Order: sequence, then C-alpha cells, then structure tokens
Amino acid sequence: MHNEHSDSNFQSRIDKGEHIEARDYMPENYRKHLIRQMSQHAHSEVIGMQPEGNWITRAPSLRSKQILLAKIQDEGGHGLYLYSAAETLGISRQELIQSLHSGKAKYSNIFNYPALNWADIGAIGWLVDGAAIVNQVSLQRTSYGPYSRAMVRICKEESFHQRQGYEIMAKMMKGTKDQQAMAQDAMNRWWWPSLMMFGPHDTDSPRSSDAVKWRIKRETNDELRQKFIDKTIPQAELIGLKVPDDKIKLDEKTGHYKIGEINWEEFQRVVAGHGPCNKQRLDHHKLYFNQGAWVREAAEAYKQKHLKQEMQTI
Amino acid sequence: MNSDTQLDLWEVFIQSKSGQPYIHAGSIHASDMKMAMQNARDTYTRRGEGTSIWVVPSKYIVASNPDDNAMLFDPSNDKIYRHPTFYVMPEGAKNI
Ligand SMILES: [Fe+2]
Ligand SMILES: [Fe+2]
Repeated sequence: MHNEHSDSNFQSRIDKGEHIEARDYMPENYRKHLIRQMSQHAHSEVIGMQPEGNWITRAPSLRSKQILLAKIQDEGGHGLYLYSAAETLGISRQELIQSLHSGKAKYSNIFNYPALNWADIGAIGWLVDGAAIVNQVSLQRTSYGPYSRAMVRICKEESFHQRQGYEIMAKMMKGTKDQQAMAQDAMNRWWWPSLMMFGPHDTDSPRSSDAVKWRIKRETNDELRQKFIDKTIPQAELIGLKVPDDKIKLDEKTGHYKIGEINWEEFQRVVAGHGPCNKQRLDHHKLYFNQGAWVREAAEAYKQKHLKQEMQTI
Repeated sequence: MNSDTQLDLWEVFIQSKSGQPYIHAGSIHASDMKMAMQNARDTYTRRGEGTSIWVVPSKYIVASNPDDNAMLFDPSNDKIYRHPTFYVMPEGAKNI
C-alpha cells in the first residue's frame, strides 16, 4: 500500500520538486533541521539590526539617516517573516526567543563584529547583505513552502540594501585620501568575515548533505561562496578598493576567482563566543526584551478587558 | 500564570490591487484587532504591496488535512459534464 506517512514517500515528493507545507508529513529530522536553520536566520536578521542601529544618530546626512532607518526596519521585518514561517513547524515565538537567550540557537557570526565608523555601514550593506542575498536567492527554491515564500518576499527587499552600501563605498572612494583609507580599512575588516558567512567548506560541513538531499539547501556552501566572490571582486576593483587577499587570481579557464585560505580558526573562535561583540549583542537583546515585558502585559490586559466588554454587548 | 506572552497569532491577507483576490502574506502577533491591523500594515506593506488588508486570528482558520487530499481533491474525471467541451453545439452557433 502507498503510505503517505513514510520517509520514502516524503523523499519522492521532494525529488519531484514538490513543496512541503506545514501540515504535510515530514521526517522529524527535516523538521528539526528547518527549525534550527530558520530560527538562526530569523535571529540573524534581528541581531543584525544592532551594528547598523549604532549609526542612526550619527549618519552624516538626513538622506543617509532615512536610508539607514528604512534598511534597519526592513531587517526587523525579515526577522518577523522568518519567525512566523518557523512557527508553522510547531515551535512558539517564546521558545524561539528563549533558545536565542540561552545560547542554544545561533545567529550569523558576522554580527559579532563591530561597526566602527561610517565606512562600516557601507561595507555591511555591500558585503554582508551582498553575501546574504546570494544565500537567500538560492533559498527561494527551498523545499519548505513557508520558508520559500518568506525568502521570495525578503529577496524583493534586499537589493536596495546592497546598493545603498555600495553607493556609500563608491562615494568614499571618490572622496579625500582619508575617506578612501576609511573605506579600504572597512573592506579589510569585513571581507573575510563575509566569506565565512557561507559556513565551512563542503568537506567539513556534516549536516550539509541531508539539507541538500531534502532540498532545504539548493546549493552548497562552497558554490554559494564562489558566486559571491565572482560578483564582488569586480565591484571592488571598479571603485578602486583592494581585496585584502594576495592570492586572488582569476582562473581564465573556468571564469572563477581563486582565493587564499580562509582562517577557520578565527571563525570557530567567534562561533564559540569569543568574537568582539558576542556578549554585547545578546545582552542588548535580553535587556530590551525584558524592558518590553510591561508593554506585552498591558496589551494582554487591554485585550482581556475588551473581550469582556464585547461579551456583555452580545 | 505567566503574563509575559508573545501575544496571539494572526494570519494576514493582502489585496495587491482593487479587483484582485486577497492572498495570504504571512502572519503576525498582536493582542487585538487594532494592533493586528497596524502590525500587518507595518510588516507586509511597506512598499505599496497592497490596497487592502484582512487579518484573521489563526485559531479560527480551518485547514484541510493532507490525508484527505485524495478524497477532497479528486479531479472528478468521471464528471466530464462539468466542462464546457462536453456539450455539442449546433453547427454555426456563435459567441457560445
Ligand atoms: Fe534581511
Ligand atoms: Fe538586508
């Protein structure tokens, strides 16, 4: 008999390119993998608001302040799309936030680096959002329906993020010697961490094979990283920025750039909690979460009161 | 009782242009109708994505069970008389 609740039936649906919806049968590990990946993704959007938020009050013009505010508001929205998509898997928003606060759930390592000056806002938009876009474009075709739909919505909003960052960098590279040096310094600090955003090499990525088999991931870490490298190096060269890697070489045969060794020790160190801002990012989130408790309580009390009134009028 | 909740879950439907159907956009959290409407606006229509919004408490959505798909969504191929091509029109009939 054809059993709809079997892993083999599930896999054949995946292989046919079907999307899985919240109430469909799915293997427990597929659900777990999605919850881990989607919650990490959601937390990254929200924690990622912090390094940029640091510069709202110090943006150099009204125009740049408006742009930065709009960008950060988008990131908050991305977090909300992804939290609600993750909630369709049967996990509550409370549990998701608790896991972030306890350290059980991760967020993208990149946000454990500080935004030291205005050039960093350019580098973050151009490189960090640029790397995120490569990943997110690929995830539009992920097999879980709610995740895929959230990604489509997010991708529509992301391209402005990257362009505003590149515009900042291009402007600074046309500016004074000091401004050029600032832009280059930001490039030097953000380049390697951006490459690390794609995660370990495929050969060192234990969970990757399941994710590819289930079509949660449509391309591997190394494939996505290469796409980002190939897109970004010509953009850097165009505005006169030097990529901080002496080993960079364009392979004429394949059309792909080859790069030097990524420092995975640093990556592991930051993942393990020893980056420059790990503690600050989580403490900040906890602080404002706790400070907002009375607002949620008041909203809840207001609802109860009005529910009673509605009942009386019926 | 723990009074610090993340509020209730609501589903958001958006009509992109007048005359178009309302399409599910995603969900939001809110404690009452007014907050649900405001949060839906802020979350899903920051770039003119819609001209009208419906918000519905998620607990009132009744969803079909995938196990019933065979029964519910049988293509009814035996009921070909539901399709216009089933009928024989007299030679020369126009605009029908
Ligand atoms: Fe985002
Ligand atoms: Fe972004």
